[in-house]
Amino acid sequence: MISDKISLDEIVKAENIYKNFGKVEVLKGVTLRIKKGERVVVIGPSGSGKSTMLRCMNLLEEPTYGEVWLHENLLTPIDPYLHFDVIKLSSTFKKMKVEAITAGEEDSEKLDEKIILEIKKKDLLKKNEGKEYKLAIKDLYKKYSMNINKGRAKMGMVFQHFNLFNNLTVLENLTLAPVKLKLKTKEEAEEKAYALLKRIGLEDKANVYPSTLSGGQKQRIAIIRSLAMEPEVILFDEPTSALDPEMVGEVLELMKELAEEGMTMVVVTHEMGFAKEVATRVIFIDEGIIKEENTPKEFFESPKDERLKEFLSKVLM
Amino acid sequence: MKEFFLGVWEDFYSCFLENGSYMMYLKGLRNTIIMAILACIVGLIIGIVVTIIRVVPKKNKALVVLDKIANLYVTIIRGTPVVLQLFIGYFVIFAAVKTASFIGIKETAGIPVAAVVFGINSGAYMSEILRGGINAVDFGQMEAGRSLGLSWLQTFMRVVLPQSLKSAIPTMFNEFITLVKETSVAGYVGIVDLMKIQKYVTTQNAELYMPLLIIAAIYLIIVLGLQQIQKLIERRLMASDKR
Ligand SMILES: Nc1ncnc2c1ncn2[C@@H]1O[C@H](COP(=O)(O)OP(=O)(O)O)[C@@H](O)[C@H]1O
Ligand SMILES: [Mg+2]
Repeated sequence: MISDKISLDEIVKAENIYKNFGKVEVLKGVTLRIKKGERVVVIGPSGSGKSTMLRCMNLLEEPTYGEVWLHENLLTPIDPYLHFDVIKLSSTFKKMKVEAITAGEEDSEKLDEKIILEIKKKDLLKKNEGKEYKLAIKDLYKKYSMNINKGRAKMGMVFQHFNLFNNLTVLENLTLAPVKLKLKTKEEAEEKAYALLKRIGLEDKANVYPSTLSGGQKQRIAIIRSLAMEPEVILFDEPTSALDPEMVGEVLELMKELAEEGMTMVVVTHEMGFAKEVATRVIFIDEGIIKEENTPKEFFESPKDERLKEFLSKVLM
Repeated sequence: MKEFFLGVWEDFYSCFLENGSYMMYLKGLRNTIIMAILACIVGLIIGIVVTIIRVVPKKNKALVVLDKIANLYVTIIRGTPVVLQLFIGYFVIFAAVKTASFIGIKETAGIPVAAVVFGINSGAYMSEILRGGINAVDFGQMEAGRSLGLSWLQTFMRVVLPQSLKSAIPTMFNEFITLVKETSVAGYVGIVDLMKIQKYVTTQNAELYMPLLIIAAIYLIIVLGLQQIQKLIERRLMASDKR
């Protein structure tokens, strides 16, 4: 049995994420906070925005609105709509407040809140909102922002199509980033790489190129490639969807092992068995929002959302 | 019939062998090769730099402006004849260098200048080829690098560029072969390349066709040789696909 110990320490927070591709709204306000030790499984119909959500978390996609935090560090630009005290400094807010008071409304916290909500709802903030506002945003950014590359180094990502570096050997795949980013010396990185390869029983593949490996081997090496960076959380985007059925097992097995060791994971998958067995929390994303979020037991035994019921009846058949 | 061949042989003898005139061809050939190789190196460097500018994500204004300049460069080079570029490069931009070269070492000083012009020309074509190669590399390669915390440039240099070079090298080698032939216009600005030798020989022997034929044969031999090398490289690259 995998332990259920979860600390209160939040590693990644994706706050109120919106993502538009041109005119298409793919994510419409998704908040996802991942605590240390959590294993969050994300399910949902194809095209619902699961990959986009995951990719926004490590900034492979830049959210249109919303913020992504890694511990106390901000990876995105400031989203003013998430900072009421900043909105209050905007010329739009000031103007609306003067108008409201001239119209006879009382100057109160309530009025401020009302105006802020209206600004938020109608997306009234403009590019230029005055000096005070600009300064406040700048200050916040200065205080919290973190280099994206530094942030990504702490967040592993495993892709559906593995994305091993084709021009590098397995060993080079495993050592490139730790060495280039000066986290390890070449010797340290290679030692670690061999240890990881041994763990998955592929030591003999250290010097071959990815094209000679099976899908299952590729994906397991992709997983240890992210482990080689000693990340705080690993994001998995349908890690078994591109595999032949007989190779799904070995990859899921490795992921379960990581779970047992307490690795924090966010997993987009269609493997309901994995979700039931390994997840500490399951999330249903549909039409760009989180429609349901619960413990695996509740989630699968008594789903509430109609679309989720329909979805489950299809995939669990 | 016999007389005809005898005549041809005599012409060949007087245009190639007599008084060691083959040395002239060799000298021209040497200059042609030096220009082609120098131009290839310059073109490769320019090509890679220009390509990076064109494919890097445009995160700030400076990069957008640079991209515009890079595209303008490629458009102009590809849209105008190389002779024209040589004239402009030689007589306008490198006027100072050329003036210096009149004092004594006229023959050879022009070569690096012309090589740079040919390199600038070749860079535009190299960039086009390379960009095609880069677009052919799966975008997942870049994303995997970025997801590990590597920067765009780190991932590009270590992962994307090597893979695109692999697919682009045979085509780039074609560009090199073209370059070897294109340097034959260098004579227009007074450089003694292989082509220019014809003029010298004709002045000496009043023979027009024989030196032209000899020069054609030399170009042909070089190009055929390069094509063999190209085939070898292609085979090597193919083999490395299967490793
Ligand atoms: N780079 C992109 N450009 C335009 N549309 C995109 C892009 N990425 C994803 N989309 C669109 O966003 C929607 C959600 O995609 P995705 O997040 O991949 O869904 P899921 O992973 O849930 O199947 C899809 O309709 C897809 O076509
Ligand atoms: Mg997806």
